[in-house]
Amino acid sequence: MSVSFTVASRCGRMKRQMIIGREGMSDVMRVGLFVTCVNDTLYPRTGRAVVSLLERLGVEVDFPAAQSCCGQPLSNTGYRHRAEALMLRYAAAFQGHEYVVTPSASCAAMVREGYPRIAARAAVEGRSRAEVERLSKAAARVVTRTYELTEFLVDVLGVTDVGAYFPHTVTYHPTCHGLRMLGLGDRPRRLLEHVRGLELRELAGAEECCGFGGTFAVKNPAVSAAMGADKTRAIRKTGARAVCAVDNSCLMHIGGTLSREGSGVRPVHIAEILAGTEGRVL
Amino acid sequence: MSRTYVGMPAFPRAAAVSAGDTTLRANLRTATHTIRAKRAEAVAELDDWDRLRAAGAAVKDRTLRHLDHYLLQLEENVTRAGGTVHWAADAAEANRIVTGLVQATGESEVVKVKSMVTQEIGLNDALERAGIRAYETDLAELIVQLGDDLPSHILVPAIHRGRSEIRDIFREHMADWGRPAPEGLTDRPADLAEAARLHLREKFLRAKVAVSGANFMVAETGTLVVVESEGNGRMCLTLPDTLISVVGIEKTVPTWRDLEIYLQLLPRSSTAERMNPYTSTWTGTTADDGPRAFHLVLLDNGRTDTLADQVGRQALRCIRCSACLNVCPVYERAGGHAYGSPYPGPIGAILTPQLRGLTSPLEESLPFASSLCGACYEVCPVAIDIPDVLVHLRERVVQGGETTIRGTRTVIKPAKGHTMERAMMRTTGWVLDHPAALRRGQRLAARARRALPRRLPGPGRAWSDTRDLPEVPPESFRDWWERTRGGDA
Ligand code: SF4
Repeated sequence: MSVSFTVASRCGRMKRQMIIGREGMSDVMRVGLFVTCVNDTLYPRTGRAVVSLLERLGVEVDFPAAQSCCGQPLSNTGYRHRAEALMLRYAAAFQGHEYVVTPSASCAAMVREGYPRIAARAAVEGRSRAEVERLSKAAARVVTRTYELTEFLVDVLGVTDVGAYFPHTVTYHPTCHGLRMLGLGDRPRRLLEHVRGLELRELAGAEECCGFGGTFAVKNPAVSAAMGADKTRAIRKTGARAVCAVDNSCLMHIGGTLSREGSGVRPVHIAEILAGTEGRVL
Repeated sequence: MSRTYVGMPAFPRAAAVSAGDTTLRANLRTATHTIRAKRAEAVAELDDWDRLRAAGAAVKDRTLRHLDHYLLQLEENVTRAGGTVHWAADAAEANRIVTGLVQATGESEVVKVKSMVTQEIGLNDALERAGIRAYETDLAELIVQLGDDLPSHILVPAIHRGRSEIRDIFREHMADWGRPAPEGLTDRPADLAEAARLHLREKFLRAKVAVSGANFMVAETGTLVVVESEGNGRMCLTLPDTLISVVGIEKTVPTWRDLEIYLQLLPRSSTAERMNPYTSTWTGTTADDGPRAFHLVLLDNGRTDTLADQVGRQALRCIRCSACLNVCPVYERAGGHAYGSPYPGPIGAILTPQLRGLTSPLEESLPFASSLCGACYEVCPVAIDIPDVLVHLRERVVQGGETTIRGTRTVIKPAKGHTMERAMMRTTGWVLDHPAALRRGQRLAARARRALPRRLPGPGRAWSDTRDLPEVPPESFRDWWERTRGGDA
């Protein structure tokens, strides 16, 4: 492997060395990919990028076909009960995986914050003990194993230089759930800073919501659009050719606004940047 | 009669109007971004902020859990100190009590300290109907009152007004309410403040009755606390003969030691100050000093109903600092009036539907007035998980369910206008729980992808009026995986 690794932490290095040490043996690290329903349906290239990136880093990727959606759109709109089946489905689909990796911060946040809450609410509602137990067990099983992609790279693999090449100017929009619910901090930035050829442009008001918010975008279209327009103005001001984020749902809103404005700035998921190499720019 | 909140349109409609008002948006943006940055600095000065915040939440939670006990303790101590305590179950009862108390003094005017709760119950209108004039003495409240307007921010009620607008309001309306604006008044802040000072001084010196709210009530001594910046509160609390304070029952804290936490959390969160300029505390009446008579009206008005909701009750921790408004991207574009109550922004979106119940399209729309970005929760000094409560209330709206209305547990029906959405969610939920069906849908869309429009008709316009739709890819991830890795899946 021609990739040089910058090691983030001692713990990360140890894990990384264990993985390298295991290379060529039968028990290479295996992760379950939770691609998310949005990526599966609309942005398959993001999913493919995650696969190629992880495989390049010596990780074996598995895609359990029983997966579908984390349930976030239902739950956030007020249909929590309908999200329960999807939570159980998720837990069952990834039962055998020590690590579940997903290229979506808000879906990872749904699993980690939302799932235990779904179980807790069922208890508050006075549902049967068996039901509550089933839900809390399912939640507990996946909460600690689910990682957003950049978390997995930096914390578990302990790498910030993934050997990527992306010869463009890029600005980075930290999405709300990544920023505030997962606490991704500077992980995505550290990864981007190590990408060869990439010039990172500062985004003014980066931490402000882009205005997507799931069904908010259609229930309050005027405010959502106003927020989107302020965000794309800031993006255009950077002069970057691409805007990058850890979530395609926010990028769908940002990109849709940019495209309607006739701007040539391209929305691109961080996985697609990190997957690019000199031989193969995505 | 001043403007009221009755019959306000649902949030999306009102918000669309303000989002299109570029002057308003620019004013709000400048104001909120300035205070936002200052707050962050003031908070960063304390290295134990997180612990203070946790303590602030915990003390409020414990007090709320034993509110019955602390309220009786408070009543006992206020009474012992020479005050009189009245209990008001709702707005009408509180207004009746206050009106009666003012009438008993024989006066026909009162001065007021800025108070959210008297806005909530519509006290000024009730007094006006009884022939009593209420004069607001907080500068921003004065601007709102003179302009026959409604407040749009908790801390800065006239945040939506620019300087020249304020000058015009003073010039045109001050004379109707007392001392007119000085000749040739400019829009310099110092001149505006001076005009207000002269106008108000006359009222302070004349008024025999004052009406206030309170930021806190200390149960162990029966002490009320008002924090403010302008000194108008100090005037109202000390000069008149009779002081009537209307306070929501959730403002109780058990002891002075508990108060210490909030006197640190509140100024830094609200005005980004280490300490607010004026903190007034009073306990009943004092011989030969301050008001001769003190009345405390304890107000429920939906608070015990809110307390009965295990998830929603955390809204009662709120100390009205307005930090959540100042960071809210939705408030910044929608403005305060769209929230249809004296409590705008994120806290209003969870408080109003609980205090009033989900009784009209406005309250039903408020839980959806958020992108769930979480900025409010992050800054809230008493750690109210506003996004979580919003989602909880959304459930009540779309599905109905158990709630408490005026002390009685009831099951409410789902709100009107969600029938189609419910059906859609049922179908979506089913498809997502059947990957084979999901795949069929994906393949259908992929086959039709060239024919799919980039703009949608009908309800879909809510998306595609301002945003292009993403292109549907020729092959889903699922299908790609199966085609390329099929064997080992
Ligand atoms: S909800 Fe929290 S942040 Fe908002 S006004 Fe109340 S105390 Fe302040």
